[in-house]
Amino acid sequence: MTSPMIPPAAAPTTMSRADGLHMLNVSHAFGDHTVVSGVSVFVNPGELVCLLGPSGCGKTTLLRLAAGLEDLQVGRITIGEDTVADGQGGAQMPPEKRNVGLMFQDFALFPHLTVYENIVFGLAEKDRTRREWARDTLTTMGLGDYADAFPHTLSGGQQQRVALLRALAPAPRVLLLDEPFSGLDVNRRAQIRQDTFQILSRSGIATLMVTHDPEEAMFMADRIMVMQHGRIVQSGTPVEIYFHPKTVFVAELFGPVNRLDCRVENGALVSALGRFPANGLAEGAEAQVLVRPEALNLSQPATADAGIPLTVVSARSLGRSTHLTLSLGDDDAGPLFNARMPGVFLPEIGSRVSARVAPEHLLIFPKSAP
Amino acid sequence: MPHPAAVADRPATRYQLARLIPDRWGIITLAVALFVATPLIAVATIAMTPAPDIWRHLYNTVLFGYVERTVMLIGGIGLGTFIIGTGTAWLVTMCRFPGRGLFNWALVLPLAVPTYILAFVFTDQLEYAGAVQGTLREIFGWRNRQDYWFPEIRSMGGAITVMTLVLYPYVYLLARAAFLEQSVCVLEVSRTLGKSAWQSFWNVALPLARPAIVVGMTLAMMEALNDFGTVDFFGVKTFTAGIYDVWLNMDNISGAAQLASVLMIFVVVLVVLERMARRGQRYHHTSSKIQALPSYRLRGIKAMLAAVFCALPILFGFVLPASVLVSYAVVFFDVTLQANYLTITLNSISLSLGAAVIAVAIGLLLAYGLRMGSGPLPRAAVRFASIGYAVPGAVLAIGVIVPMAGLDNSIDAFSERVFGVSTGLLFSGTVIAILYGYLARFLALSFGTIEAGLGKVSRNMDGAARTLGANPFQTMSRVHFPLLRTSLLTAGLLVFVDCMKELPITIILRPFGYDTLATFVFQYASDELFEESALGALTIVAAGLIPVVILALTTLRSRPGHAGGGHP
Repeated sequence: MTSPMIPPAAAPTTMSRADGLHMLNVSHAFGDHTVVSGVSVFVNPGELVCLLGPSGCGKTTLLRLAAGLEDLQVGRITIGEDTVADGQGGAQMPPEKRNVGLMFQDFALFPHLTVYENIVFGLAEKDRTRREWARDTLTTMGLGDYADAFPHTLSGGQQQRVALLRALAPAPRVLLLDEPFSGLDVNRRAQIRQDTFQILSRSGIATLMVTHDPEEAMFMADRIMVMQHGRIVQSGTPVEIYFHPKTVFVAELFGPVNRLDCRVENGALVSALGRFPANGLAEGAEAQVLVRPEALNLSQPATADAGIPLTVVSARSLGRSTHLTLSLGDDDAGPLFNARMPGVFLPEIGSRVSARVAPEHLLIFPKSAP
Repeated sequence: MPHPAAVADRPATRYQLARLIPDRWGIITLAVALFVATPLIAVATIAMTPAPDIWRHLYNTVLFGYVERTVMLIGGIGLGTFIIGTGTAWLVTMCRFPGRGLFNWALVLPLAVPTYILAFVFTDQLEYAGAVQGTLREIFGWRNRQDYWFPEIRSMGGAITVMTLVLYPYVYLLARAAFLEQSVCVLEVSRTLGKSAWQSFWNVALPLARPAIVVGMTLAMMEALNDFGTVDFFGVKTFTAGIYDVWLNMDNISGAAQLASVLMIFVVVLVVLERMARRGQRYHHTSSKIQALPSYRLRGIKAMLAAVFCALPILFGFVLPASVLVSYAVVFFDVTLQANYLTITLNSISLSLGAAVIAVAIGLLLAYGLRMGSGPLPRAAVRFASIGYAVPGAVLAIGVIVPMAGLDNSIDAFSERVFGVSTGLLFSGTVIAILYGYLARFLALSFGTIEAGLGKVSRNMDGAARTLGANPFQTMSRVHFPLLRTSLLTAGLLVFVDCMKELPITIILRPFGYDTLATFVFQYASDELFEESALGALTIVAAGLIPVVILALTTLRSRPGHAGGGHP
């Protein structure tokens, strides 16, 4: 499928109100178990914000609170100018009054309704404009032939588009997406992600999306908020999150990294992979330095001034890039490092390569003083 | 900004309290569940109340006989249903022989015949004056009983045979499903490791299906405990027959209640067995990969034996009784009509319909109550209330009559004191008592069906409907109701049919002179006039056939690529 074009009517008529979602100091507990504590989320009009974190970190609960499917216990939620939930004893607006679109991880399509009936579920009988929009959009998204089909006959990708359309049909003020791609098979995911991105950027609705997949978050989000144990640990643009993670946890979200234990000696961080700038750390301080596999720059033949010599333990081509395991010693007994080189780079097993790390790609985390 | 401690504490305390005190839904659920469970609680209370005199008497007279015969009866039926149910299930799922496609669904048919009706038919055919012995005497020229030996059908062995023939489908259905679910790979691994097909069955397939088979056997044995018509007619003095005897013939309600409480021990053992086996079922799924089953092709004498093994239970459990009933019904059509057949049928239908509507309404309420409400208390109460399916009707009848008589007496006393008018018995001895008994016994059927249906409506669907602008009521009417419709109909149908067949509760609780088809047939059979009530028996079997046919159809469809026909 090519990227679908959404007819102009897709832009909700309420766009001019430019509604944003504000969740202020929200906390939530199930029984004794606190799942969200003191989280604030702001999604500006037209912005797509991703909540990124491992499963069980409280992301989905935040979505359900915003939609009104859970009663807010602590904090405040506003959409546009309206306070929809107030944890300080204020009223809770029921979900059907909030005009919020929510797309579920399992899509939650109604099995007894056809594709078209699913999409117009949230529309009034007399809302001709939106019903027409639903028909048109189904066609432009390549689902025109399935309008009268039942959801269970559709593929995962088709179901995903129906669920998205159903959430968009009533022109919601805010769109909430719960792991919108996790139910899809891996091969189709990239394409569907791209299509969804197109649809959303055209609709211009403030969107809050939840995912545990960092690549997905990088691709979709204007801003990423990383969650861990019910708290926001870092918030920023995708580039900030990737290149300037605030904690080891954030850095490791994007895949395995090489960890080096270092100490500042004579004004420089001394590590197994050489000396790095101390970045203002005090003499004698200990730090953990993380090096992403792609930040290790390898070259062959190994020469003294090309970097630290390492022994090749394995080298596997993945087509677009090559994955290497390297040892500091003469065989695979020494500390091991992972590297990822672009293209094909297949040195002989047991041979020596030189490794160099560009200082700007180092992620330095001072260890708390002993 | 709230203090961090307050943030963490507030919700927690709220939910801790909620765990002990049920919310509004919880209280409604709890109240309704307790109402349905009242007969059970009444029997339990009686069991706890010491009654040393009655006990000494029971102990000295009938108790051990009852225990011995009940154990023998359900033990025999357990063994019989195991052999027939598991054997036929294995043959139709794993082997290929002539008629397999037919046996596959027809093996369910005997489920439509109530135990007592098969007992009447067998007696009618096999007793001294019956067709079989008559024919034998004619052929061999025997003149009387002394000339030959023939097994007595009105005996323990007869009761076991009769009940096994209609109860084995419980084991057949569950064993069959278990064999179908087993990964063929496991069997193939066993074959590649050098085991023969027969050894693979004993060492792999049977142990894997064991939990399902045990569940089937416990269900069959619960039905056997419930049976009253057969044991009474055959004069096999088990607990169920004893309760009826002690109560109605000796007019000793407390003695009957004590017997009922002992019978509950059997029920508890069976329920525990069933629950344990059901838990075991979860760990016996080997792999979800479904492949064409191997289908060992049987030839010659083996194929013939397999076909006979599958055909006999269908023949004796369904074909024989159905044809005997049809021929009698035709011959005695006018006689039966004159015996008030139409009024009695109307009684049966309206009573069963009423029970079905009540059971569905209450099942729906409880299923929603558990979905909406929180707390373990209502949940436990509902589980307890649905144990009724395992409790023999005679026991439940006692559980109904004792509290109801108490209620009637207090209303009467109150009215006598305040208004100076005696109200007499308001509830006991009316159809309300029967309906209450039906509800206590069959609630599990409707509740289980509806709960399973409601489980298919995911919470996310609720959420989707709500965020799309539907309020709770609209969510109910636009999403829940259309999705639940089939479950509600199924639940109603199941309860309706079981009430049509029900004998012990009805015969104990019915108002004087009030008959249903079941009591009518039982009465006539006891008076040696079985032929004249055959139309009534046939009507019960016909009603019983409805769910069985539906079951047979779904059985056919239950496994993709294994619908009756052969496989390469």
